[in-house]
Amino acid sequence: MSLNVEHHSVRALPSEKPIRLLDNAGHAVHGAAAGGFELPDVETLVELYRRMVVARRFDVQVTALTKQGRLATYPSAYGQEACEIGAISAIEARDWFFPTYRDSIALLTRGIEPGGILASFRGDWHNGYDQHAHRTASQATPLATQALHAVGLAHAARLRQDPIVTMTYLGDGATSEGDAHEAFNFAAVWQTPTVFLIQNNGFAISTPVSRQTRAVTLADKAVGYGMPGYHVDGNDVAAMYAVTHAAVERARAGGGPTLIEGLTYRIEAHTNSDDPTRYRHSRDVEHWKRRDPIERLEKYLVSEGALSEAARAEIADAAEAVAAHTREVMTAEAELDPLELFDHVYDRERASLLEQRARLEAELADAAMHAADHAGAAR
Amino acid sequence: MTATSTKPDAPEASAPTQLTMAGALNAALRDAMEADDRVVVYGEDVGPLGGVFRVTDGLQERFGEDRIWDSPLAESGIVGTAVGMAMYGMRPVVEMQFDAFSYPAFEQMVSHVAKMRNRTKGRMTLPMVVRIPCAGAIGGVEHHSDSSEAYWTSTPGLTVVMPSNPADAYSMLREAIESDDPVVFMEPKSRYWSKAEMSLPVRTAPMDRAVVVREGTDATLLAYGPTVRTALEAADAAAAEDLSIEVVDLRSLSPFDDETVGASVRKTSRAAVIHEAAQFGGYGAEVAARVTERNFHWLSAPVLRITGFDIPFPSPKLEEYHLPTPDRVLAALDTWEWDD
Repeated sequence: MSLNVEHHSVRALPSEKPIRLLDNAGHAVHGAAAGGFELPDVETLVELYRRMVVARRFDVQVTALTKQGRLATYPSAYGQEACEIGAISAIEARDWFFPTYRDSIALLTRGIEPGGILASFRGDWHNGYDQHAHRTASQATPLATQALHAVGLAHAARLRQDPIVTMTYLGDGATSEGDAHEAFNFAAVWQTPTVFLIQNNGFAISTPVSRQTRAVTLADKAVGYGMPGYHVDGNDVAAMYAVTHAAVERARAGGGPTLIEGLTYRIEAHTNSDDPTRYRHSRDVEHWKRRDPIERLEKYLVSEGALSEAARAEIADAAEAVAAHTREVMTAEAELDPLELFDHVYDRERASLLEQRARLEAELADAAMHAADHAGAAR
Repeated sequence: MTATSTKPDAPEASAPTQLTMAGALNAALRDAMEADDRVVVYGEDVGPLGGVFRVTDGLQERFGEDRIWDSPLAESGIVGTAVGMAMYGMRPVVEMQFDAFSYPAFEQMVSHVAKMRNRTKGRMTLPMVVRIPCAGAIGGVEHHSDSSEAYWTSTPGLTVVMPSNPADAYSMLREAIESDDPVVFMEPKSRYWSKAEMSLPVRTAPMDRAVVVREGTDATLLAYGPTVRTALEAADAAAAEDLSIEVVDLRSLSPFDDETVGASVRKTSRAAVIHEAAQFGGYGAEVAARVTERNFHWLSAPVLRITGFDIPFPSPKLEEYHLPTPDRVLAALDTWEWDD
């Protein structure tokens, strides 16, 4: 493989009307509005439904645990399940995912344990799972920085003729960052197998998209980089899956990167420390709640006779089991070793860190001795 | 191409050759790429041009565009994609072209390059090298002559080294590329054309060690990169006044070699640190504090700093007034009371 790729730069603007395969009432959409994409088969849709139901139950549970003080913070993805789950379901275990802090439910779908996903929000460590085992990078907090990692890893894999794809999620606010531009540009110039998903959920904390960009759609940005862009109804999991799946297949076949904008809405606050009533009207939230991604798919599957009562009950049970497991893990006291603070900074041993580690160790021993003395005196 | 590493075989030393520091760095990159096919090199203009300082001269011809290539002009993109490449198992060596051009990559450096290993409890380490041509005295215009070492050295997780001569340049770059920790490899531009004779592949002292480059008994000058020559010239001049000055080339800025420096300072009882960067909050402050904390009872005078002024780096025609000179070093030594 060489960097001397054939350039097929793209000039077509994405459609202004978002691509949609299921409308709000759960009816199949055909023709131009479907953007040439086909509704996924019913087994795939049932699986996407299951994943979204489990994800929402998890999200609701974690928000509740945050209110109980079990987590320091939690950025909810309630209402964004179609974006989160549709896109992540389009990549395989061998592919790499580069998430942001809001993408916990995508990590859950990726098979990562709740305790691992939430370690950083609970405050145990900055990351709680094995990146290599799950082929999933840490949840990035600085905006758009992880998109460059996705491009770099994709390029390295391509040089090794390893047919994997990288996928990264960005928020609407992140598109204003320089690293978003650099990532889009590097990916397009190097023709890396990378899928960028911009989850346009309306707000960057409190700043609306209208104050973030003058572009008609965020997907329009793709044109300037010479890659395809798709503007998709982000509350339609069928469309999200179909469009990202096509982008993943194209990337895997050597067709380069794709930029996808999923148009959705953040129902909850930015995090538990946010007050969304200061910057948005409840009628907007109600409007978006009526466009719920799970209900939409459920209506379709029920109307198709593809979701029996028994199946729904079984899925609900599975979701409850995940919630129960999450409660169990997050209410147990974390076992932390302060001395581990020094263990992973460098691969090579560093004298100054060993000295500082010894100092903390002595302080801890001292504190333990005093505690024992006090306990003895109290008896 | 396979994903396996090939450890360097015990190589046969070449006949002694005369090399500049730029040539030695070029040879180090060539030998590292030869020894390990995971090593890739990219940055701005490193391909057909061979880099603006010709450090990558001829490498693309030899290794092809899959191993060394020109990237888009974007430093955050260069470092950020190198993070991803290192995550995959490559060993990217990227170039920042000029010191002050590295600032757009600052976030990637401090938020990801420095923290990835710690964040992941050692499961994901980033074996990458960021080469930064640094410091002044080449008549560069604004943004071409900064000394950014303190930004990197105050960032836990980064290893920061700066060679001062061609043999160290070769040896330390090879070691930096072999290191599983990310390394900021600073190359003093004013030394790129300095020459030395060596047999490749030369291996000098380990990358994390300081080296006594001139023995003395009366005082220790602590220098690195471009100021090692300044220190040696000052020491020569001081010898004419019967002062025996020891010169230590720090080589590794982070980690700091307390052992070698401490041994020298305890022998001479006086120390001064020399750097081109501004003084306030600069690297010399760390050196002076460490040396004092650990060797106070051996010191017979305060640790001095001979540095650039606390000003933005001046224009080419004024830089000679800013940079530390041997005379300034001697004048500083005169401020000590030499009563013992």
